[in-house]
Amino acid sequence: MTRLTADSLADSERPVASPDGRAADDQPKWRRDFPIDSGQDDYVSRRELVKFMVLTSGAFVAGQVWLLVKSVFEGSAAAPPAMAIASVDELPVGGAKTFEFPAGSPPRLLVRTGPASFVAYDQQCTHLLCPVVPAFEQNRLHCPCHNGWFDLATGQPVAGPPRRPLPRVTLELRGGTVYATGVELGES
Amino acid sequence: MPVPERHEFFVDPARCIGCQACIQACSECDTHKGQSMIQLDVLDRAGSTQTVPVVCMHCDSPTCAEVCPADAIKRTEDGVVQTARKPRCIACNNCVLACPFGVPKMNSRIGLMMKCDMCYDRTSVGLKPMCASVCPSQALSFGTREEMARLRPNARPVNAFRFGNQTIRTRVQLMVPADAADGLVDVTAAMFEPGIGHDMLEDVFDAASARSDS
Repeated sequence: MTRLTADSLADSERPVASPDGRAADDQPKWRRDFPIDSGQDDYVSRRELVKFMVLTSGAFVAGQVWLLVKSVFEGSAAAPPAMAIASVDELPVGGAKTFEFPAGSPPRLLVRTGPASFVAYDQQCTHLLCPVVPAFEQNRLHCPCHNGWFDLATGQPVAGPPRRPLPRVTLELRGGTVYATGVELGES
Repeated sequence: MPVPERHEFFVDPARCIGCQACIQACSECDTHKGQSMIQLDVLDRAGSTQTVPVVCMHCDSPTCAEVCPADAIKRTEDGVVQTARKPRCIACNNCVLACPFGVPKMNSRIGLMMKCDMCYDRTSVGLKPMCASVCPSQALSFGTREEMARLRPNARPVNAFRFGNQTIRTRVQLMVPADAADGLVDVTAAMFEPGIGHDMLEDVFDAASARSDS
C-alpha cells in the first residue's frame, strides 16, 4: 500500500477541488448550484433573495388580477332565460322542491312560504357546501352538518358557522306557474 | 468552530495490531451510539494477521460528494467531509461504490449512509478523535506535524494517492517509511505488485483486458 512512484507530482496531475481540474468559474452551472462545501451550500445571496421575493409577490399580484378579470367577465354574462320550475298546485304551503337553474347548476331549493309566496335559494350551505333543509315551523333553513341556520325570508345566516347569506334565486309567478328569473349572489 | 489547521490526523497501518479498540470507541459516541463509523480491514485473512483501520481520508475533491445525487454529503470550510445529511440521504449507495478508499457504509436498517467525520464534535474543540484517543499502538494518531516528526523519525506523512486516472489529495496523512521515494501512493500499481496485490486481482484484470482485446 505504501508503494510510491519515483516521479514526484507533475503539475498536470495536481489534485484540485473539482475532478475535471478547471477553475470554479469555469464549472458547469449544476456544479455551482450544488456546491460540495457546506458554506456555499447554505449561502443565499441578496440577489437570490430579492429575486425570490419579487417573483413570489408578482405571482400574488397576477393571481389577484386574474380573479378580478374573472369576476368582471362573469358579472357581464347574460342572465339565463326564465325557466318554469314548478306549478303552484304542486307544493303545499311549507313544501319544498329542489331544481336546477340554469340546467346543470348546483341544486337550488324552492320553498312555498304562503298561498302565493315562494322563496328559492342555493341548497349549498355557505359554510362547507352541505345541503340545507327547510325548517318551515321556525321560519328558517337548517344545515345539519354543523348546525347552521339561515333566515327563510332573506337567506341571511342567523346561527352556526355560516357567515355569508345563501345566494337567492329570484322568482316570478305567472299564472299558476313559478318561474326562476335570475340568481342574486349574496355579498360575501 | 473549525478544526485547527496544525492538528492533523495520521494513519500508520503498519502499527495496527487489530485490537478493535477504535471500533469500540467509535461506537461509544453519543451521536451514533452502537454504530461504528470506522472499519478494520483484514488485508489477507488466509496469509496474514495484518489489519488496517479505515477512517475517512477527507479528500480535496471528495468523490462521495461528487457522485451524491441528493446533495447530502458536504464538506466544512476546514476540509472535513461530513457524514450524509439525514434529511437528504436517499440511501442510494452511490458513495459506497464510488469512494476509492471504501469508507462510506450504508446503514440499510435506517436508510442512511454513515461515515467517519473525524469526530467533528470533538476535533473542532481541540480534542482528539475517539479512535486516536484509544489506539494503544497509535496507528491512528492526532496531533501536530512536529510531534510526529519527533516521535517517529523513521516515517513521514504522505497525502497524495493515485487510483488509475484519478489523483487525490487528502486531509488525513498516511505514514510511509522515511526512505521511500517522493511522490504519491500509486494504489492501482500496488495492486499488481507481488506480495501486496491479491492474485485474484490479476486474474480479473487479465480477463478484462483479454476480453477487450478480442
